[in-house]
Amino acid sequence: MATDNNTVKLGPNGKPVRPFVMPSSFGGKLKVWRFIIYRRLVQLSTLLLFLGTAHWGWTIAGEPILTGNLSSSTLLGVIPLADPFAVLQIFLTQHVLEQEVIIGAVIVLSIYALLGGRVWCSWVCPINMVADLAAWLRRKLSIKDCFILTRHVRQTVLVLSLILSVITGVAAFEWVSPISMFHRELIFGIGMGWMAIFGVFIFDLFVLRDGWCGHLCPLGAFYGLLGKVAPIRILFDAPTCTHCGECVRVCPESKVLNFKKAAEAGMIVSGDCTNCGRCITVCPEDTLCFGLRWQNSGQSGTSNESSLKLESNHRRAV
Amino acid sequence: MQGVSLAVTGGLVWSYLLQQQAHAAPHAIRPPGAFDESDFNAKCIKCGQCVRDCPYDTLKLAPAGDTVAIGTPYFIPREVPCYMCEDIPCVKACPTGALDHSLENINDSRMGLAVIDIESCLSWIGLRCEICHRVCPVQNKAITVEHHPRKLSKHAMFVPLVHSDQCTGCGVCEKACPTEIAAIRVVQPELVQGKIGEHYRLGWKIDTPITQDFKVPKRKDGKSAPATGLDYLNQGEL
Repeated sequence: MATDNNTVKLGPNGKPVRPFVMPSSFGGKLKVWRFIIYRRLVQLSTLLLFLGTAHWGWTIAGEPILTGNLSSSTLLGVIPLADPFAVLQIFLTQHVLEQEVIIGAVIVLSIYALLGGRVWCSWVCPINMVADLAAWLRRKLSIKDCFILTRHVRQTVLVLSLILSVITGVAAFEWVSPISMFHRELIFGIGMGWMAIFGVFIFDLFVLRDGWCGHLCPLGAFYGLLGKVAPIRILFDAPTCTHCGECVRVCPESKVLNFKKAAEAGMIVSGDCTNCGRCITVCPEDTLCFGLRWQNSGQSGTSNESSLKLESNHRRAV
Repeated sequence: MQGVSLAVTGGLVWSYLLQQQAHAAPHAIRPPGAFDESDFNAKCIKCGQCVRDCPYDTLKLAPAGDTVAIGTPYFIPREVPCYMCEDIPCVKACPTGALDHSLENINDSRMGLAVIDIESCLSWIGLRCEICHRVCPVQNKAITVEHHPRKLSKHAMFVPLVHSDQCTGCGVCEKACPTEIAAIRVVQPELVQGKIGEHYRLGWKIDTPITQDFKVPKRKDGKSAPATGLDYLNQGEL
């Protein structure tokens, strides 16, 4: 962009580009960290409910709160829950399943279809904590990527795990999944599973940024398919955006923050968005917020116009 | 093209790992109602609800690196056997049906088969023990005590025998066996059980069906065939 050092950088909307500044007050910091705090709370309390029910016999009205693990569980002794991807793999091994687990899978599928697919990844999956830790350390130590890998690899892994389930007769991903391994061993006793977790950590830290969650994990790819239709999305108010790029820097799936596409649709359309909310809290212009897919349908005309304007401004600036 | 070959290579390595894992431990003792190993491995979602609902903490979920297929439930009878709950809570807890929901009577379950090492069994050595017989939940059916003549002595030995048609493989006997290493152990029946085959006719057994005897096929030239079996023995006498 043709901007001199002494003049203020202008965004495509003509407003000055302001960088994100971390508030000095503790309250302000908490506000920036709010989604990370919520996410950790959800992740840890899910884990705690499983752990408490398994080890300390937690009950509500005589019923165990949450038995099993993230592969399949029973809530309050009646409501079945099951990992739809795991159930799909078992189904592909050509075995007849009990109704219970199928109902469970449908329930979980509907929940994530409503909440936004990969909301699983950033709000529930225990590996997320490992991956986030690795990503944070990586930033602190400014480690560079060893190589570039397309993020479509995970779709290949997804297809591969379905094909292998048919061929080998066992649920292919479930047998090697570090997610299930981690969660299972946290609840039912530690074995060599920590090695898989450590592997993910090292891979994410030294080899590739967001290597596991962002490139390889087929479960994320599976939920990403749901994200394409999910009602809860991150809305994008194009006219206020100055293209400062703060959101892209914090986003673990930075491809989803395509300004052009976001401006056209008025929201983050890609199913790969994990709804983690990082971008919302760092945006200095409050351009981004959680909302419903339909909330934006009325503005689609105006957002198109603004995107056009935005484009022309952009061209003028270049 | 590179991508495809990479995917194929990855797939091959992955399926090798799966095959290795799926055949990790055919000797694992599974919860009641478990289907045979390959069906069980396919259907088990590794959720551990059977483990949690076992009132005796018998079941464990195999962690990674265990000899048993990853994440699947099993138990070690010598540590904690299956006490054969009448309501079978582990089977009820199973959401996928890897444990057969049609199992209603725990006595019909076949977790394994108790086998006796007669070289280290106290009773077979000549002492009076019979602990396995007394603790067996399928009382006096799965394990019976039989007389056995003793060399150079008037006194008979009383030795336990396991009956495979009754034994559930719960392992209470293995847990109770007083020898340093259990002389009676639960194993997967396939590892020890033979099969005589259907061509043997046990004529002295009352319930053996009378079948057609072996016949020599007809000669081409129409001459009579030599008499076979019983006909030969009976020639000239009847």
